[in-house]
Amino acid sequence: MHLKIGVLCVQGAVREHVISLNRCGVEVVSVKREEQFEDLDGLIIPGGESTTIGKLLERFGLGACIIRMISEGKPVYGTCAGMILLAKRVEGRDQHLLEQMDITVARNAFGRQRESFEIPLSIPCLGEEPYCAVFIRAPLITETGENVEPLAYCNGELVAARQGNLLVSAFHPELTDDIRMHRYFVGMVENFKNKYSGC
Amino acid sequence: MVEQGTFRVKAGLAEMQKGGVIMDVTTPEQAKIAEEAGAVAVMALERVPADIRAAGGVARMAHPDIITKIMDVSTIPVMAKARIGHFVEAKILEALGVDYIDESEVLTPADEDFHINKTEFTVPFVCGARNLGEALRRIGEGAAMIRTKGEPGTGNVVEAVRHIRMVMSEIRKLVNTPDDELMTFAKNIAAPFELVREVKRLGRLPVVNFAAGGIATPADAALMMQLGCDGIFVGSGIFKSKNPKAMAKAIVDATLHYDDPKALAEISKGIDDAMPGLEISTIGQGERMQERGW
Repeated sequence: MHLKIGVLCVQGAVREHVISLNRCGVEVVSVKREEQFEDLDGLIIPGGESTTIGKLLERFGLGACIIRMISEGKPVYGTCAGMILLAKRVEGRDQHLLEQMDITVARNAFGRQRESFEIPLSIPCLGEEPYCAVFIRAPLITETGENVEPLAYCNGELVAARQGNLLVSAFHPELTDDIRMHRYFVGMVENFKNKYSGC
Repeated sequence: MVEQGTFRVKAGLAEMQKGGVIMDVTTPEQAKIAEEAGAVAVMALERVPADIRAAGGVARMAHPDIITKIMDVSTIPVMAKARIGHFVEAKILEALGVDYIDESEVLTPADEDFHINKTEFTVPFVCGARNLGEALRRIGEGAAMIRTKGEPGTGNVVEAVRHIRMVMSEIRKLVNTPDDELMTFAKNIAAPFELVREVKRLGRLPVVNFAAGGIATPADAALMMQLGCDGIFVGSGIFKSKNPKAMAKAIVDATLHYDDPKALAEISKGIDDAMPGLEISTIGQGERMQERGW
């Protein structure tokens, strides 16, 4: 099935997500103008600076495009800054959010850059082989609503989760060669499109 | 097992800054203006380059009080500058918890022969470069991000343009160089062979490459993006302009819409005068900051 997935190209690790998605065999486009969102089957909001991306989404009216996609049932995956933007609540901060996923996140929860790290994690939905997760000034999920399915923990803290068509991770799957997280997301997009074309 | 300070983690932060603008600030109030405008990071300084140039004398690492005050109010990463070769200033900056260190020619070099061995640090470094060889020597020493040197504090983009054009043109030549000529290529630009091979394989630098040194307007920022930079450092260009708030926001917007002339026209309408510029030929060879380091 032909799938077209967008990578939000406002700021951040866009190129790396495009490369990873290309390796999954889907059509990939970087999107930063309203009309580019229309025929997408799914979207990735990459890592970057969440305050910057949030402000620019608001300034150029792109937040509404993303919210529309989500309301149509299209899958959206937020990594790091993308996870913060999809969250309904951020601890101790007032910043522009898309407020779509019933989670609370804490920003820079592991510390500053010198505390950033990589670590092998067990992520059951990706299979048995450990997954090398890269955390950069990363957030984590401190509260979840009842529809949120936890996907991965790091030292007991929740770092990846799913709620229906929304997928989030505090780490950066685009910074490693392991494309299992991207494959998992592409699977979500495929399921959505299957259902949609069946109607 | 947890691993900190790996090259992937260091270079990864720079990847997250791509498409963004990093602004020089000297006070917490300026840091807030920068963040509000949409900067992806701030560079905490005692003086912006134009003032350093005017003041003369020896320019050193900023006072720790200034840096920590700016860190206290910023949710975005905070960078700070150490003198070229001054690994103790760099260790102090790392201990303060800054997110990135700029081993910078804007400050007076502490060592005319040796740059800092950046592999010994957990915190990542950005360094200036005028050509591919210089960029790869810095990456060989552990830099996780590169920027053009340009000519800081001038508000004149010509040197930054020269430097990015040089790097891009050398990369194009390298990509078309057959493998059996690579060692000589590496020798001629005085760069580590393995990095030369990697640039050929990738078709670009193995780390993020920003523009710096003379960017003063939204159009300057868009020009550097179109020439192939991954993002923009603005030093004096924001807080030496007539209306820093408007200029900061306009440069952020222009860096996003760098390839859309209509949008750039709109963005450029709302701003007041840019900083006063300086013609490069009026600066003596010995006073050009870009000549510092090798």
